[in-house]
Amino acid sequence: MRARPFDWRKTPGIAPFAAFAIIFLYAPLVVLVIYAFNANNVVTIWTSFSLKWFGVAIQDQAIRDATFNSIVVAVASTILATIIATLGALGLERGPNFRGRGTAIGLVGLPLVVPEIVTAVTTLVFFSGIGLNLGLFNLIIAHTVFCIPFAMLPIQARLKEMPAGVEEAARDLYADERRLFMKVTLPLLAPGIMSGAMLAFVTSLDDFIISLMLAGAGTTTLPVYIYSMLRVGVTPEINAISTLLLLLSLIFVVAALLLTRKRS
Amino acid sequence: MTPRRALLLLLPSILMIGIFMAVPMIVGLVYSFMTADSTGGVEMPFTFDAYISLLYERDFDDTLLFTSDYLIIILRSVGVAAIVTLLCLVMALPLAWYITCQPERRRPGLLFIVSLPFWINMLIRTYCWVLILRDQGLINILLMKLGLISSPLPLLYNNGAVFLGLVYTFLPFMVLPIYATLERQDPKLIEAAFDLYATRWAVARRVVWPLAKPGVIAGTLLVFAPALGSYLAPDLLGGGKQLYIGNLIQMQFSTSRNWPFGAALATLITVVILGAMIWQQKRVRRVGLPL
Repeated sequence: MRARPFDWRKTPGIAPFAAFAIIFLYAPLVVLVIYAFNANNVVTIWTSFSLKWFGVAIQDQAIRDATFNSIVVAVASTILATIIATLGALGLERGPNFRGRGTAIGLVGLPLVVPEIVTAVTTLVFFSGIGLNLGLFNLIIAHTVFCIPFAMLPIQARLKEMPAGVEEAARDLYADERRLFMKVTLPLLAPGIMSGAMLAFVTSLDDFIISLMLAGAGTTTLPVYIYSMLRVGVTPEINAISTLLLLLSLIFVVAALLLTRKRS
Repeated sequence: MTPRRALLLLLPSILMIGIFMAVPMIVGLVYSFMTADSTGGVEMPFTFDAYISLLYERDFDDTLLFTSDYLIIILRSVGVAAIVTLLCLVMALPLAWYITCQPERRRPGLLFIVSLPFWINMLIRTYCWVLILRDQGLINILLMKLGLISSPLPLLYNNGAVFLGLVYTFLPFMVLPIYATLERQDPKLIEAAFDLYATRWAVARRVVWPLAKPGVIAGTLLVFAPALGSYLAPDLLGGGKQLYIGNLIQMQFSTSRNWPFGAALATLITVVILGAMIWQQKRVRRVGLPL
């Protein structure tokens, strides 16, 4: 028997290419983090390692206010979006096919496909049209909307791979619907819900363009404030606060992943 | 569970997204057919003026003169989005293939590494390139230290920087769906082709590529759509020197205060993007969304 021509799992020259692509994805972030620890007032001229710009950033009252707004909006919209998404995921995964199910799925996925700038301006027009002017609450509504599909993805995934037999067994043992949900479905679903909540939190924290269009005086979020600082000029303070925001996102995404991993 | 119950569970999602996203989009569509009033809002009558002003200018005596100002911005945005999509594809295909060829236990980790940047603030990811490309940025300082150049190269505030920023931002969108299709393909097909002495090139072109195609289409849509409406990269890396659709829309709702025209532009890109999505809906759904 003749040997095969070659092993298809080994493509010559592809490993360096893949390594390049991954370095491309991370190198700019590393540059930012390194510069954040630079003592020099001029951002890109390295003098020595220092934490001083983190101190400056944390003591800046405007940054504190913007951070507070960001966290209030992110926490509120995460709670709302996660509850709404959990119910929706249950309806989609455990419910039978009903008329208009396809349309409902399309509608729920809408925030994932519409360009952010379009969402931003149409929401602005709508809010000003109906005269809704509730400060941070406007932002919370808008954030909840685009967080719903992100929260729903891991919950749906969890429901799909949860053994349906357990729920069947509980039903056979005459558990009523309420007890079935509270004692069986919900505890099994909990990691998916947590993971969905974390993704919703990060998605809200990351939003820039929608917050930019909707934010008024006193409702500036952290990314919008960083943007306004950038318009004035690049400062070491921006590097420090950006690094903190980056770390916060990383912590939540890694936690979400670990929760999703646990299932297998 | 009854169908009624399922619908009831979905109702909060439907209402929330329906009222605060679908309805505003319809309002935007209606506004695009109205007239801008002096206070920056909109008023009657219904006209096609906003759409006409995309291509024509109204002269003093009400004759329409062709103007290419906005057409150029639209074509530039479409062109840049198309090139960015192509560049992402060129980088994503080998990377997705590399991950597919790794032993099974290593794949989730690699996939996570690729998808992680997606969850980091886009403003921050774009800003990183300002630090690298500006006159006192990393590249210029290094080159000057090495004595290769005496004055900084103009790396920032041009179309090249915009390309770089957009490819950087959207690369994960291309890798993930392509990987999703490659991973699901049956290795037996590739082995069969190899056993029949197909060359590497023939296998890539006639076996792997057709199998990867749904992922490529999904990735193309996922990159092209946000790239077309991008605001940050043209603003921070292009320096706002050249306008793109995203910035033009944003201007109509802030400084220029021409809501009908802004709404018409927003409608235009939404129709293009949703049209493409619906057209390829089956394939996109089969591949699934990133993460």
